Amino acid sequence: MELKAVGTAGTLESSDVMITIEPAQAGGIDLTLESSVINQYGRQIKAEVLASLERLGVKNAKVIVNDHGALDCTIKARVDCAYYRACQCDVDGTYPWGGAIR
Amino acid sequence: MSIPRPKPEKFRLRRTMMFMNAQKPSLIKDAYIYGADSIMLDLEDAVAENQKDSARFSLYHALKEIDYGDTEVIVRINGLDTPHWKEDIRVCVAGGCDGIRIAKTESANDVKTVDAAVTEAEKEFGVEVGRTLLMAAVESPKGVLNAYEICTASPRLFGVAISGGDYRKCMQVKVIPGGIEMLAARGNLLIAARAAGVQCFDTVFTNLNDDDGFRAEVKQNIEMGFDGKSLINPRQVNIVHEMMAPTQKEIAEAEKIVRAFREHAKEGVGVFTLDNGKMIDIAFVPGAERVIKLAKASGIYEGDL
Amino acid sequence: MKNSVGREIPEEALNIKLANGRKYEPYQGKGYRDGKYIKKQGPTTKIYENPSESKIVPSIRDAIIKTGLKDGMTVSFHHHFRNGDYIVNMVMKEIVELGIKDITIAASSLGDAHDPVAEYIEQGIVTGIQTSGIRGKMGDVVSHGKLKTPAILRSHGGRVRAVEEGDVHIDVAFIGAPTSDEYGNARALGGKGDCGVLSYAVVDSEYADKVVVITDTLVDYPNFPASIHGINVDYVVVVDEIGNPKKIASAAARMTQNPRDLMMAENVAKIMTATPWFKDGFSFQTGAGGPSLAVNRFLEPLMVERNIKMAWAIGGITGSICELKEKGLVGKIIDVQDFDTNAIDDIRNNKNHYEMTASEYANPANKGAFVNKLDFVVLAALEVDTDFNVNVITGSDGVLRGAPGGHPDTAEGAKCCIIVTPLVRGRMATICEHVVTVTTPGDCVDVVVTDYGLAVNPKRQDIIDCLDKAGVKHVKIEELKEKAYSMVGRPDDLQWKDKVVAILEARDGTILDVVREIKPYEDK
Repeated sequence: MELKAVGTAGTLESSDVMITIEPAQAGGIDLTLESSVINQYGRQIKAEVLASLERLGVKNAKVIVNDHGALDCTIKARVDCAYYRACQCDVDGTYPWGGAIR
Repeated sequence: MSIPRPKPEKFRLRRTMMFMNAQKPSLIKDAYIYGADSIMLDLEDAVAENQKDSARFSLYHALKEIDYGDTEVIVRINGLDTPHWKEDIRVCVAGGCDGIRIAKTESANDVKTVDAAVTEAEKEFGVEVGRTLLMAAVESPKGVLNAYEICTASPRLFGVAISGGDYRKCMQVKVIPGGIEMLAARGNLLIAARAAGVQCFDTVFTNLNDDDGFRAEVKQNIEMGFDGKSLINPRQVNIVHEMMAPTQKEIAEAEKIVRAFREHAKEGVGVFTLDNGKMIDIAFVPGAERVIKLAKASGIYEGDL
Repeated sequence: MKNSVGREIPEEALNIKLANGRKYEPYQGKGYRDGKYIKKQGPTTKIYENPSESKIVPSIRDAIIKTGLKDGMTVSFHHHFRNGDYIVNMVMKEIVELGIKDITIAASSLGDAHDPVAEYIEQGIVTGIQTSGIRGKMGDVVSHGKLKTPAILRSHGGRVRAVEEGDVHIDVAFIGAPTSDEYGNARALGGKGDCGVLSYAVVDSEYADKVVVITDTLVDYPNFPASIHGINVDYVVVVDEIGNPKKIASAAARMTQNPRDLMMAENVAKIMTATPWFKDGFSFQTGAGGPSLAVNRFLEPLMVERNIKMAWAIGGITGSICELKEKGLVGKIIDVQDFDTNAIDDIRNNKNHYEMTASEYANPANKGAFVNKLDFVVLAALEVDTDFNVNVITGSDGVLRGAPGGHPDTAEGAKCCIIVTPLVRGRMATICEHVVTVTTPGDCVDVVVTDYGLAVNPKRQDIIDCLDKAGVKHVKIEELKEKAYSMVGRPDDLQWKDKVVAILEARDGTILDVVREIKPYEDK
């Protein structure tokens, strides 16, 4: 699928993460990470976001991660949501649960 | 990482079913710590219309990665009159929740529609057909009148719940202490559920500052014969469990019945009298076993049955 | 050298020069200095025979000049005005404008209200900080190595000991007081912004060479019963406002409605009732934080049910314990600090609520402080490790943002010290392998209550037996740690530079731990 617009998901509440995905033509993944737990979990958050983007097949994008202590399952959920929003998918369309979303 | 969940049990203890917004990470990460028998992750009213997609992603990964242990995980899906419910069912089945709560159920057909969609999703995602349980929330006069056909509409259906908010609106009544405004609906639903052999759950009590009112309603629920109650606040869980716990006298009596029945059954005797002269047959056994089960769940059973 | 809580204490820290020449030692376990003798180091004081001499000076600046404050000296403050304090900033501004430098601030605590001090640290004017609490910008600049000498962090009791023993010598104490008379008899009630008590400032008034009382409400002589006595005061300054009354005492510390906090609080109360100390005449202290404060609410019905009363409560006081006293469930409240207006109203208006000094409260080096007689204390924590060591000072980013306060004092003194904390906060594991910084040693901590269950220090077999007998389930603390890590993942180690930015003193004046300069996160 193709990124068509800026997609955002999540909130700035504690235990949540806000993810913004912006389409890019080239240059790979340009990731900006801010986190309240960056010293202890920055590496793991980044790895989780990159792994999620990879399984979704995102090659080029500007990605902004503003984390307030989200667990991995929340990070995945917000990346997925931002991605499908950026692809302008139908909210109630048929999603690949267990496929690209896993 | 994916947390395996055991096959859902159709008739288990469901004293407390606690609602949680499926969209709030801080709530769903460990909703089980308050000890509710079932948690109900909500895709419907708690989730804003423009976050329905987000809530599904959140639900899917929570179901896959959070270890809810013995707590039953039920998802309330959006109503059949919305564009959301089909995809809600797909994500529930793919994520492997234990059951689905159908909102605003009005007829057997509503249950059958969901049942068919669930079966389709189970096939699609390679889930054992029939694994996913259903419960129906009845929220309207029509639903109350069709209670028995709803209760018997699907083998997946383990119970029905009366939902007071919308029902009261339809009936043009407000919340009345003592519950006279809900009496007919509660009674009708209970009778239908018992006739169909499924469980029956009461509606939420929303005034969190009225502890006495809550206790009074739970007491009435128990006296009417409800299996459990929908809750909106974790503080309510322990209150219900305490109030539903059997007394030591009830436990002792139940133990006697179960033991005596087992002894007599070995000898092929079906009807006998206890030392207090009470006549006992097989009809008493399920009730006694339920008391023991409640006592165990309440953490007050010290026997070895 | 490793101390008894397994922390490496570098030579650099052990070689720090204390004012009295005492040499630092690494922490040796609780009670290490018990029974030893110390000589108190009294102040230099002025003979004051002339009845016509006035102590009133027109401004803070004049007072500073009169005290003879010079480069390299130490000034002190108290923190009874909490986030509403104006005194520290008013005094420090004048000191800086007078061109005095190389100043050490020895405060009972410092907080968010004191962000301007961070600038003086960066400018090299303030070169030493000795305090219980450090937060906000100040915590940030100290953690990033901007303070010339390591900050010294002490408990409330440890601070009194340090002042009396002469580890720190206060040249000038500036004491904000809600009311004072012209001779410096000062009280914490009857002014524009009351703080209830002045307990932390008493040792400053008795041990500083020069004492300046700053008030916004001058009252008739004699202002008695006085908290700060005029016999110890050199100068009195009247200013427009000593603080923001709304922030000095917030409205009633709100009872939490958070179900998680309430569940933990209820469990704390249950544990207390399972021990032999929960009997008529018991004593108790609890913090003002969510779950700790909520314990009061659950104690009430249990006390009524068993028909027992609490003899006394101490500590930072909130309206909630005062309410229990007014209901006849608590005999006396002995107060070292007030956290809300209800507590202040109670000490102003009601019986059986008394002020004590910080020394009476928690000083390990007097002849027996209140904490020694405490049955229960309930405390919060940022982190607890599997050796039961507690951290209340450094965040998960390694930055200073907390206060040991009375934590280590009450933990050591009380028969049963209960820590109550959620297992994880956001993505931070509260129960962890090694706390970032040890602020209360594990040998003083008995029970840890979380939302996922509780653990008892294996050193307290007596408590384990009580809980088993009462059927209260508990687990090994390692299990709680593993549960936490299974939820949030195992954290990466914080990356530190070599520079020691803060010393954590145990209450007996040995070194519990050091905090080093934090390295910023590097994206690898």
